[in-house]
Amino acid sequence: MVAIQLFNEIGSIFRNTPTFALVLETLLLITVIWLLLHRRGGGRRRQLTKEEEDRIIADYEPEPLVADTDPNHPLLHTRVVQSRVGKRIQVDGHDCLNLGSHNYLGFLEDQEILEEACKSLRKYGVGSCGPRGFYGTMDVHLDLEDRIAKFMGLEEAIVYSYGFSTVASAIPAYAKRGDLIFVDEAVNFAIQKGLDASRSTIVFFKHNDVEDLERLLIEQEKRDQKNPKKAAKTRRFLVAEGIYMNTGEICPLPDLVALRQKYKLRLFIDESISFGTLGQGGHGVTEHFNVDRDEVDLISAGMEGSMATVGGFCVGSHFIAEHQRLSGLGYIFSASLPPMLTQAAISALDRFEREPQIFEQLQAKSKTLHQKFLRFSKLTLRGDEVSPVKHLYLAQPAENFDKELKLLTELADKCIARGVAVVQAAYLQNRERQPVRPSIRIAVNRLLESSEIDNAFEVIESVSSSVL
Amino acid sequence: MGNFDGDSGTVFEQSYATTNGNGKVPNGNGAADLSAPEKQELLRKFSAPAYTEIRTRRCQPKPANDAQSPSSINYHPEKKSIPNGHASILDQESKPNQAEGKLSPELEHFQKTSFEEVPLHTACLTYLGFYLLMILGYINQLLFVPKVATEKGRDGYVALYDAFESFYSRYVYRRIKDCWNRPICSVPGDELTLKDRVTDDYGWSFKFTGTETRCLNLGSYNYLGFAAATGQCADDSEESARSSGLAYCSSRCELGDNEQLQELEALTARYFGVEDAIVFGMGFATNALNLPSLLGPNSLVISDEKNHASIILGLRLSGATTKVFKHNNMRDLERVLRQGVCYGNPKKGGQPWDKVMILVEGIFSMEGSIVRLPEVIALKKKYKAYLYLDEAHSVGAMGSRGRGVTDYFNVDPKEVDILMGTFTKSFGSAGGYLAGSKKLIDFLRTNSHAHCYAASISPPIAQQILTSMKTIMGEDGTDIGRKKIHQLARNTRYFRRRLAQLGVITYGHEDSPVVPMLVYLFSKIGAVVRTLTTRHIAAVGAGFPATPIMEGRIRFCLSAAHTKEQLDFALEAIDEIADDLGLKYSRKPRDPNPVIY
Repeated sequence: MVAIQLFNEIGSIFRNTPTFALVLETLLLITVIWLLLHRRGGGRRRQLTKEEEDRIIADYEPEPLVADTDPNHPLLHTRVVQSRVGKRIQVDGHDCLNLGSHNYLGFLEDQEILEEACKSLRKYGVGSCGPRGFYGTMDVHLDLEDRIAKFMGLEEAIVYSYGFSTVASAIPAYAKRGDLIFVDEAVNFAIQKGLDASRSTIVFFKHNDVEDLERLLIEQEKRDQKNPKKAAKTRRFLVAEGIYMNTGEICPLPDLVALRQKYKLRLFIDESISFGTLGQGGHGVTEHFNVDRDEVDLISAGMEGSMATVGGFCVGSHFIAEHQRLSGLGYIFSASLPPMLTQAAISALDRFEREPQIFEQLQAKSKTLHQKFLRFSKLTLRGDEVSPVKHLYLAQPAENFDKELKLLTELADKCIARGVAVVQAAYLQNRERQPVRPSIRIAVNRLLESSEIDNAFEVIESVSSSVL
Repeated sequence: MGNFDGDSGTVFEQSYATTNGNGKVPNGNGAADLSAPEKQELLRKFSAPAYTEIRTRRCQPKPANDAQSPSSINYHPEKKSIPNGHASILDQESKPNQAEGKLSPELEHFQKTSFEEVPLHTACLTYLGFYLLMILGYINQLLFVPKVATEKGRDGYVALYDAFESFYSRYVYRRIKDCWNRPICSVPGDELTLKDRVTDDYGWSFKFTGTETRCLNLGSYNYLGFAAATGQCADDSEESARSSGLAYCSSRCELGDNEQLQELEALTARYFGVEDAIVFGMGFATNALNLPSLLGPNSLVISDEKNHASIILGLRLSGATTKVFKHNNMRDLERVLRQGVCYGNPKKGGQPWDKVMILVEGIFSMEGSIVRLPEVIALKKKYKAYLYLDEAHSVGAMGSRGRGVTDYFNVDPKEVDILMGTFTKSFGSAGGYLAGSKKLIDFLRTNSHAHCYAASISPPIAQQILTSMKTIMGEDGTDIGRKKIHQLARNTRYFRRRLAQLGVITYGHEDSPVVPMLVYLFSKIGAVVRTLTTRHIAAVGAGFPATPIMEGRIRFCLSAAHTKEQLDFALEAIDEIADDLGLKYSRKPRDPNPVIY
């Protein structure tokens, strides 16, 4: 009885419902069933039986761990340095004038710094045997951090044990997923890796092109107006280099600072080259443009250039820099910088403060070399006049980058054989954000004499005339 | 026992119970005991002035039980340590667990590893304590204006830091902040000198008092004792600095390659018995900057849950899919592997992975456990995966010849596809290496980020590695290296067994020189580290977020430079602190027999 009643009831529901509702509901039901089945199929397909699994495992053929490497790959054939590096250097058996090592101030051949480092070795041993948190902090590390902060007139510095990891750890300490980073497209590889690690949204602007940056910022502003809720939570950063490793050009800092203020960005500058080379007192690009250092949020630099040791540092306000002590991965999880190399950095700072004329000397040498090297008939020079890093490109571009690299390698080899050590800049072309045009990277040393620059010019000019 | 396969666990418990019976040990054996007045005088004289001294319940030291080793009385870090009176025993090979020699190697490895479960009430208290700290922190934050620098000139900007992150570091971590980043001003050898510092504002800032405290060093990764300012290593390094300078200011691919580094690479390859090796200037970067070259987006990585941050960063940069398996649990590893290989890449509709890589460490630095390498290799072969072995802590410290875990398990190092390790720890230097087939290393030379862009290793740093490695290999014509390896193994066994006898919970394998002692509660980490300092012992504490909230621990790292007297000195202090602070959590039966050094 009850069953019949129920049946009638259902029948009346069907009769009383409009057709379109019935059709809609049926479609809905089908969709739900399809979605359920599809998810099961897509997520895990069906469960395989043990035999099937064994067969798959037996048939599985992975790719080799690594691809074969061409035995003629240029990076497999590196040049061997056979002497202590200084203004002169012995490369592959040839005694050369050194235009390749980033020893801008000539501190590598400074006996006083060496003696102080050796004294430190005799006090602390070689390795620090622990990360900073676990008894790897020595008084020299604290000294160096104090000294850098004082030298730069900022509140706090933090020392890393590897130049590459400095900026690569600093960026992801602040920028997280969902944040926005505006970056110059010519930044060096370490910055690129820092950007990757941050998982933020990266916006590249044209190299040193402030108008392009502003255009991108205005675009972003429009997007923000559409979604103000998200915009209120998105941190924005602007990352640039003081002097670009890959071009030798100086960033337009005053313009960047103006945009930072206008669009509320946080400005990070990597001064790996410009620290200890630009400005009257070697304070870097901020001093060069006479910009207040508070306008820059964080300055990072490697100590592998003008300071002629190993490692790197970040310097900024206490509020900013302190954060890296708990969030800078390369700081927390790595053994601290060997004390003797830390001492070398302190000694280098001593020299910075004691002999501020060295920076002008270096800038003068850079200018002299720049004027001279502009005159190559088959090579073009790129880089700022005062920058100690400059690039030489082929004046007549070859059909592709490989070909250019080959020519430049031949050029460098012949220059070395004739007593001038220049090297082609090394890039992992397939791993850079975009291929970088091959070049010879020139690094200026403060101790170069004008006659030596002239001589180097003659050699490179005559070799390039014969090779190209 | 959550970390191991269930069935063998029961066997373990039974065999342990039958061999050991149930005995409560008196005050250990051979412990350094002093007469009460002598000790009090020592304490008064040498107590570290800078650190907050934790008031202990018992002020009087225990009466002397049995002074088995009279020479041990004399050790104190503040005094000159006496030469080790036990050097003569060095040649007697101590062979523990001979009775259990019939067991399968897997079972034996398992037996020697301990991950005792936390007692329930301690677990509850730990959580309660942690939440209490958090609540107090929140109240503190509400009532008092934080004494931190605020951002200047950046009004209207989006806040730079996550609110919880800064809250945690300001109001929770700050309470025990003084236990980390302690500055030292000496060689981090068997002893170290702490620069004392005090805080007047509850950890916001520190001031130096100008005094120093000499401590026994149980914190540095100086496994083989090569950290020294004198001796062959230091001499050679200084010589190298004088002849080759302090740096190259260039990458290996530009003007940074040299004969010393080529020799180092050849030596490293010979050390491990593989075809080739490549070295880098920083251990952290060795992982972080090379894993991306080896892996692509269609690679599957199966990584141990306790792997180091550098590995995790490297994996993040590589874009590979990462699956995590339970710490050192082979059953779980097989499950994840099997699923990965059988079902393929879900993002590409189940298409097979290009390659599957298993990533493990030799010794896990926070757990003290040793990877079950033979089983991992068997699984890797079965599923055609590749194996990346990070030997940061195990190289030099494990195996009869110091070659790491492959040596320890007598496995052919060529069975491991990629051997990675650092020079920071056992070699007392800095940097890292990757070793393996020639094909692999050639690929890395042309693809490694660190090789192409980062500065090459400084000559004195490279020289320290060369000299210490040659010493370990016996190529310097002495048996110093062999003795060091032996001494470390002996120290490790002794220290771990004595700790077990005291009744504290330690994690890890009995042959691992990394010894984490579980204290669970957040506040106990601080209390133990501070009290140990007042007793002139430097140890490392680790808590959330480095470990799970529940598993706060103190970590001791042993060294070949330690003598028995030094270990006894430490053990005695640990025993007393463990009584005072209630650290004797272990419910395992304790071995009543004296532990022979």
